[in-house]
Amino acid sequence: MKSSLRLFYLGGLTSYRALFSWLTPWILIPSFVVAPIVQAALFSYVGRAAGVGSDSFFLIGNAVQYASVPCLFAMGNTVSGERFQGTLPLLLASPARRIPLFLGRSLPVILNGFAVAMVALFGGGLLLGVRVPWTALAPLAFVVAITSFSCAGLGVFTAAIALRVRESAVLSNLGYGVLLIFSGANIPLYLLPSWMATVAGWLPMTHGIAAARLVAGGSGMASIGGLLLQEAGLGLMYVLIGLVLLAYFENEARRLSTLDAF
Amino acid sequence: MTGVLRLVLIAWWFQLKIRSRSAFDGLLSMVYPLFFATTIFLMYRAGSAGDTALVSAAVGASVMGVWSATSTTAASSLQQERRQGTLELLVAAPSRFSLIIFPLTLSMATVGAYSLVATLLWGRFVFGIHIAVAQPLTFALAIFVTVIAIGMLGFLLAVSSVRYRSAWALGNMLEMPVWLICGFLVPLSVLPSWLHPVAWVLAPTWGLDAIRAAAEGRPGWTSLGLCVVLTVVYGLVGALVSGWLVDSARRDAKLALT
Repeated sequence: MKSSLRLFYLGGLTSYRALFSWLTPWILIPSFVVAPIVQAALFSYVGRAAGVGSDSFFLIGNAVQYASVPCLFAMGNTVSGERFQGTLPLLLASPARRIPLFLGRSLPVILNGFAVAMVALFGGGLLLGVRVPWTALAPLAFVVAITSFSCAGLGVFTAAIALRVRESAVLSNLGYGVLLIFSGANIPLYLLPSWMATVAGWLPMTHGIAAARLVAGGSGMASIGGLLLQEAGLGLMYVLIGLVLLAYFENEARRLSTLDAF
Repeated sequence: MTGVLRLVLIAWWFQLKIRSRSAFDGLLSMVYPLFFATTIFLMYRAGSAGDTALVSAAVGASVMGVWSATSTTAASSLQQERRQGTLELLVAAPSRFSLIIFPLTLSMATVGAYSLVATLLWGRFVFGIHIAVAQPLTFALAIFVTVIAIGMLGFLLAVSSVRYRSAWALGNMLEMPVWLICGFLVPLSVLPSWLHPVAWVLAPTWGLDAIRAAAEGRPGWTSLGLCVVLTVVYGLVGALVSGWLVDSARRDAKLALT
């Protein structure tokens, strides 16, 4: 147990530092400060021009949805980055337990996703003149944290796929695009075709974004309990699927000697 | 002159073949803008702005992909050459450095042109958005000029960010602001007035206006002319900057270090 915790913490920290050794302020600020604020502004202006939604609707939707960028890209990079550095075979040859190994890597990613969404909420709020009540900030932060966890679950899933797909950045971009359309960040679910709304219900972020909007609108935590449970449950489901796939693809790679073939 | 044209054409074709075989530069450049276009079509369909605004947004959304395909990849192109170990070879080539880099960014914009067609078809067949083009020849010319203009803007971005090791992040950051400021999706009139001068010095603003003018049947030659003038200015500034940077890197022997 103690060694698993050590692996969870130290492995995650080391991976985060390795990942973020290239995430200097020159990358951090454009990617995780400016870009999410601009995305919120872009869709707010499109909403104004299209005559749909409100600035608050688009700010919350896009700020929370942008947490998917670190959650998907950084998790995918935990595998593709190792491959690029030539350390993936060493990692998988190690006797380290896989669950703490990969879950440890997801913890800094969740924190990063949370921070990105909160910065976008504040920065975008200042730019667009949207005020979130002070009393809503703590519940909103909690909702964002759960949503980041849930999306990092999808990230574990994409990390597993990255064992078989070389272009994990393409995969992460596709995931981000799907969430942009389906999660309700920009189009209310009731305005989506029914099959899209059904798919949205099985994706991370959908329930989190809905909960964030309710909280920002003054609803109490009691009214969003169901949404948060669904969001967390979906995150857990994706983590489990991701871990099973990681084990399966690792075994396949060992059996067929194809670890570096992709 | 013939030699320059031949160099640009061959380098463009060579780079285009490389990019068309890359999942990131090829496939994603076509698919990624469709996510945004779909979101925007759904928003306009749900809103109260009407069909005219939807058609205008559809034209803008189709050009988004040209800039998407160019911005991030252009900004990081010289860093990529450096990583591959080919930057020194490009600098040492007897041809002017700017004439080697421009076809590179033009190939990115050309990949983006695929996405332009894909987005128009997507809008037509999935969302039933019919864009009636009043002046087809002028429309095609305006698209051609806009693709060249975006390629040249990418060239300026590429040579300006050669000293910036993480330039891809800069290109990534500039993707959406250009969509917004150049009026790809919303009219300039709804943006804050302090942004208007920024839009005026960006060639895609005028290129897009010329495309929309050709589609709507209003005169757009002034916009097209301004787009061409700005494209030439970008080219001249880019050539000067690239010459200065290459001279500086040669003098200080730090081409591979920045």
